[in-house]
Amino acid sequence: MPKKTHLKKVLVIGSGPIVIGQAAEFDYSGTQAVRSLKEEGLEVILINSNPATIMTDQELADKVYIEPMTKEYLLKVLYLERPDGVIPTLGGQTGLNLAMELAHDGIFEREGIELLSCNLRTITEAEDRQLFRDLLERIGEPYCESQSVNDVNEALNFVKQIGYPVVIRPAYTLGGSGGGHAKNEEELIKYTKSGIQNSPINQVLIEKSIAGFKEIEYEVMRDSKDNAIVICNMENIDPVGVHTGDSIVVAPSQTLSDREYQLLRSASLKIVRALGIEGGCNVQLALDPDSFQYYVIEVNPRVSRSSALASKATGYPIAKIAAKIAIGMSLDEIINPVTKKTYACFEPTLDYVVTKIPRWPFDKFITANRSLGTQMKATGEVMAIGRNLEESLLKACRSLEIGCYHLALNKFKQETLKQLEEKIDKIDDERLFAIAEALRKGDTVERIHQQTKIDFFFLNKIKNIISVENDFAQNGLNSENLTQAKILGFTDRAISDFTSRTVEEIEKLRDSLNLYPVYKMVDTCAAEFESSTPYYYSTYEKEDEVLESSKKKIVVLGSGPIRIGQGIEFDYATVHAVMAIREMGMEAIVINSNPETVSTDFDMSDRLYFEPLYEEDVYHIIRKEKPEGVIVQFGGQTAINLAAPLSKRGVKILGTSLEDIDKCEDRKKFEELLKTLDIPQPVGKTATSTQEALEKTKELGFPVMVRPSYVIGGRAMEIVYNEEDLLFYMNNAVEASPTHPVLIDRYMIGKELEVDAICDGENILIPGIMEHIEKAGVHSGDSIAVYPPQTVSPQILDSLVEMTKKIAIALKTKGLINIQFILSENKPYVLEVNPRSSRTVPFLSKVTKVAMAKVATKIILGDKLRDTGLRPNEKLVSVKAPVFSFAKLVDVDIALGPEMKSTGEVMGRDKTFEKALYKSLLGAGIKIPQFGTILVTIADGDKDEAVELMKRYYQLGFKFLATSGTAKALQEAGLPVKTIKKIREGQPNLLDAVRTGQAQLVINTLSKGKDVESDGFKVRRAAVESGIQCLTSLDTTSALISSLETHSYGVQSLE
Amino acid sequence: MKVKLVLEGGFEFVGNSFGHQIQKDECFGEVVFNTGMSGYQEILSDPSYCDQIIVMTYPLIGNYGVNRDDFESLTPSLKAFVVREECLAPSNWRNQKSLHDLLSHFKIPGISGVDTRAITRLIREKGVMKGVIVPFEHNSSEIHKKLNTELATDQISRVSITKPIHHPGDNQRIVLVDFGFKKNILKSLLRRGCDVIVVPYNTSFEDIDRLSPDGILLSNGPGDPKDIQEVVPVIQKLQEKYPMFCICMGHQVFALANGANTHKMKFGHRGVNHPVKDLKRDRVFITSQNHGHAVDMSSIDGTELEITQINLNDNSVEGLKHKKYPAFSVQYHPEANPGPDDTNWMFDEFLSMTCQGESHA
Repeated sequence: MPKKTHLKKVLVIGSGPIVIGQAAEFDYSGTQAVRSLKEEGLEVILINSNPATIMTDQELADKVYIEPMTKEYLLKVLYLERPDGVIPTLGGQTGLNLAMELAHDGIFEREGIELLSCNLRTITEAEDRQLFRDLLERIGEPYCESQSVNDVNEALNFVKQIGYPVVIRPAYTLGGSGGGHAKNEEELIKYTKSGIQNSPINQVLIEKSIAGFKEIEYEVMRDSKDNAIVICNMENIDPVGVHTGDSIVVAPSQTLSDREYQLLRSASLKIVRALGIEGGCNVQLALDPDSFQYYVIEVNPRVSRSSALASKATGYPIAKIAAKIAIGMSLDEIINPVTKKTYACFEPTLDYVVTKIPRWPFDKFITANRSLGTQMKATGEVMAIGRNLEESLLKACRSLEIGCYHLALNKFKQETLKQLEEKIDKIDDERLFAIAEALRKGDTVERIHQQTKIDFFFLNKIKNIISVENDFAQNGLNSENLTQAKILGFTDRAISDFTSRTVEEIEKLRDSLNLYPVYKMVDTCAAEFESSTPYYYSTYEKEDEVLESSKKKIVVLGSGPIRIGQGIEFDYATVHAVMAIREMGMEAIVINSNPETVSTDFDMSDRLYFEPLYEEDVYHIIRKEKPEGVIVQFGGQTAINLAAPLSKRGVKILGTSLEDIDKCEDRKKFEELLKTLDIPQPVGKTATSTQEALEKTKELGFPVMVRPSYVIGGRAMEIVYNEEDLLFYMNNAVEASPTHPVLIDRYMIGKELEVDAICDGENILIPGIMEHIEKAGVHSGDSIAVYPPQTVSPQILDSLVEMTKKIAIALKTKGLINIQFILSENKPYVLEVNPRSSRTVPFLSKVTKVAMAKVATKIILGDKLRDTGLRPNEKLVSVKAPVFSFAKLVDVDIALGPEMKSTGEVMGRDKTFEKALYKSLLGAGIKIPQFGTILVTIADGDKDEAVELMKRYYQLGFKFLATSGTAKALQEAGLPVKTIKKIREGQPNLLDAVRTGQAQLVINTLSKGKDVESDGFKVRRAAVESGIQCLTSLDTTSALISSLETHSYGVQSLE
Repeated sequence: MKVKLVLEGGFEFVGNSFGHQIQKDECFGEVVFNTGMSGYQEILSDPSYCDQIIVMTYPLIGNYGVNRDDFESLTPSLKAFVVREECLAPSNWRNQKSLHDLLSHFKIPGISGVDTRAITRLIREKGVMKGVIVPFEHNSSEIHKKLNTELATDQISRVSITKPIHHPGDNQRIVLVDFGFKKNILKSLLRRGCDVIVVPYNTSFEDIDRLSPDGILLSNGPGDPKDIQEVVPVIQKLQEKYPMFCICMGHQVFALANGANTHKMKFGHRGVNHPVKDLKRDRVFITSQNHGHAVDMSSIDGTELEITQINLNDNSVEGLKHKKYPAFSVQYHPEANPGPDDTNWMFDEFLSMTCQGESHA
């Protein structure tokens, strides 16, 4: 029983939308925590604005509020629910900041609500850099010389004393937004300015740089009895300087002697005790590679991204235990859920090596600055487990899904050593691959160590991989080097590359040697105690530990790392599929590589294989488990892409057949299908070369939408207006070939509608239809979606239902299907059909209360639909708004287009569309000005529409700033406007207006041409960097004013 | 060279030889596993592992090499070292030589490339076993014969010093009875300014008494406490007269001296993550452990001993104190090395006992 027996009802604060620096890991920790609290018999209330989460599932907490994560709404929930306590340390920095705001205001005290797992003093002392430094001084722990400053002059003065290089860290930010490394005055000024701007308290810390030190993290837990333990330590392969979220990390530490390990362990525990943390905490330290000198970098006084990683790396469920500690239990009375025989009060020990590699969005943001530093840029991460470091590293590489299956990138093959050396100097996402390539080309570990300060240990491990490659080159393939390569984690395909033998030949040889992986258990204790955790990883060794089972087994493929276009929504669906399989009395086996997710929690499924979602790895598991079949519908494009290769190996794909999946993905077959069904689609063509693209486009006429076939989230999709742009696209953005054709569609302007349906082969169920606010041309993942549709006639909806049914049945769909329509001149056309779970499934499931993924899974396993057709609308209106992470990605254009750019989503729900919209925008973190000045720059084609909208803004009291063209249009309509210079017209210009805070809202529609140097791009970036909302679509602008109009009371004179 | 580790029951694990080259079946001992992820240098130089074949559960061993300072004794006395992977290119600023060089120097065989997790699971299920590492081709009937021979029981006499050694200091005089002490026990005392005299394990009460100590520390050591019954009467007399602190083997013989009993555990405790609960303080400490025998909990009743600490995982006895005399003991290693220093305060507690009523300025 919990020690705090007066607690009956607690509120858990979630983390809100997924943004860079705060991703799916908090769904994982929140979900664990809620289940853990329920286990102790508490009533659990949850607030989180993010519908694409398991934690917001109704069956999990007693009550779920999907409301904006703002002080105002949190208070409303508190007043309504009157919980006995609030746990804010499981919802990332967002949850913590929110609770601290309330604590500062004395709300908890006033209302008699207990702040659990932390207190204001702890949090302030841990997060305010100055107070934290004072604390370290008090307990005699070393920190780097540093000073908090509030302006540039202070920064300059301080650095005069300590000298360059220095690090600039903004106080209280997610993933260190706005900070950086400065080697000179210019950089110091730049980062100090942006850091101050990004810090909610306008403060940055200037710190002596300790570049080259080892970066070590300790995940620590402490309870109210002062028991404190280390769950896991981790070593960053990249020395200090790269944000830990952007670092390649291994666990446990590899290059620390026990003395060093214990030195840092003791320091971490001392800090946690001094802070008085009750729960989980992350301590980051820098260790001199040449002495025992170390510095404390920072602490996160809460469950963090690192604790999710540590949980998956060790098997120790940190969030689950932290929740129990929060309600007063102590570590020595909580049973270790892994062994079920020992207690939670011990330090896990590993008998394998874990590697984490971040997943960066640079494949989507090709113009983004790829360099890594104190600002985190990754959207997700992969983890891999091996019995040696090489195996773990190579598995992690192929888990990334960046088109590589080895520690090798094709693009580096032609590079000279000199070019690689320059590349290595840059410290970006590809450095690891550049290092491998340099070693391959004869570079030495000594030189690379000189250049990167990466420990010799890690460089030598990479060298080991290269040595095997060289052995293949010298001696050809033999059983010895094949065995060695498999032990080190090589794929057959990589071996094939180095031996010029086919994959089939290699497989045959392996089979003759019986060279297959065995599976070992992750058990927190290196096999010292018997465990029953069904959590496995593969390795090439002697003993296999997987227990035989006679139950029917179904494999569900997860969706791999979180990236733009394939986010947490797919993990949500995966988890639901697993639940459904278990409800059907079968065994659910999950394969996934993402440590941040609920699906990789070992007690979600019957068996978890933490493995790359790579053909060979997946096949080996299936070969061993012999399941009834594999479900690929829920793991996004990752899983869909595995369907064909697995099927070729004789694996049964459950649900919609491979052939029918292919009908949607293959352009020609898709066209034929729609033609036979007499369903219209925008006219489109396929081109396999630049020449063909030009010809085909001439037939269609500009503008056209171009994209490669097989895409995730509209990758490399563009609207092209002329021949020049088309040539640029064909030559730079894609590699067209007969196997990878480019799709060219006539670009239609109109309203987009989206349908998610479940089909059992005969009937369909459509839980709901969504209308998009932004017109086609803005990626569906980036547009605001509304349920139920607000402006579409019942006749049109009927025809959508009809078309959906036709398509679903024609495709013999078993399970989910997602169809995107465009309404052009009141006629619906089919834009896209996805024979799988989509991004909107969690949202729709939440608002319609149809657990779509579960229903679909049961259909896949043989059930029939009970309800059919379009379900009647719910009473409340729900709006899904996208959330972006632009502040963290310098050089990325924020203008919305066919390429998806958002990282997460929030939901707003209320009685009217306008209210729901307002809440969704609020939840998305959009600063909605109630009055003030709008800076308007509108493309010529949009001016008429814009003027009408501006009239409505004017009615609410807004003023306007505009460049000459737009100003003229507004003036002609009788609106007062102040004209401002364009950038090329000299200063002060519109950029200055944004930077100096003269505008509270920027409305900028995209002028044609994708010139990154253009005024528009600069204004949009300036807005993001100054924290001013910038709208790039008139549809969004229109929705916003509608919402503002209902939200505020205007004034009118008597007429 | 291919070698194999053969365990009782015929379980075979083939691997590669490193360190000292094996000739035939001379590498025979009790096979135990240690779950520490770091600290291999301290482990393999800990005299308590005398005659044992140590299996490291962490797969990468030797990563940070071997340095001058982290030895727990001058001469390692283990039988052999079993690892999944030995590091050929160690990296650390203190690194002086590789694991291979160290083992070669002390003529200790190593075997790498074996499934250490499989061995660990086997030991967990069947208990510690005898094992022998032999060349791959070695005759199986000879192996069988070897595995049927008895293990030695004289380890303490081999690892203990034979003549007293004095480490002068200005504070309390502590006699450290050497059953095979780890260097850091001595260092923990010297760091506190103690005047330490290390004496052989079989030193008589009179010889110790003649040194006029302020306190006695019974050290850790290898094997079965019942192998050194001769120390029991000495301890009985010592505890009456001097404050006493007993570690590991010291704890076990202290228990025997007070009428409690000990038993051989299934596979012991060897690692740096063992939770020990202090019953009076209601606190858990993470401890460094290395023992294959334990004090019977049921044998404490009716003695003058009181249980102060227990192992949170299996409830085994981890700490005792005498009800009448200022004497107490712990089963684990408060001196750490390897492992956490959570319980280093034990030394202060011990020394504070020795100060009672007397000043040693």
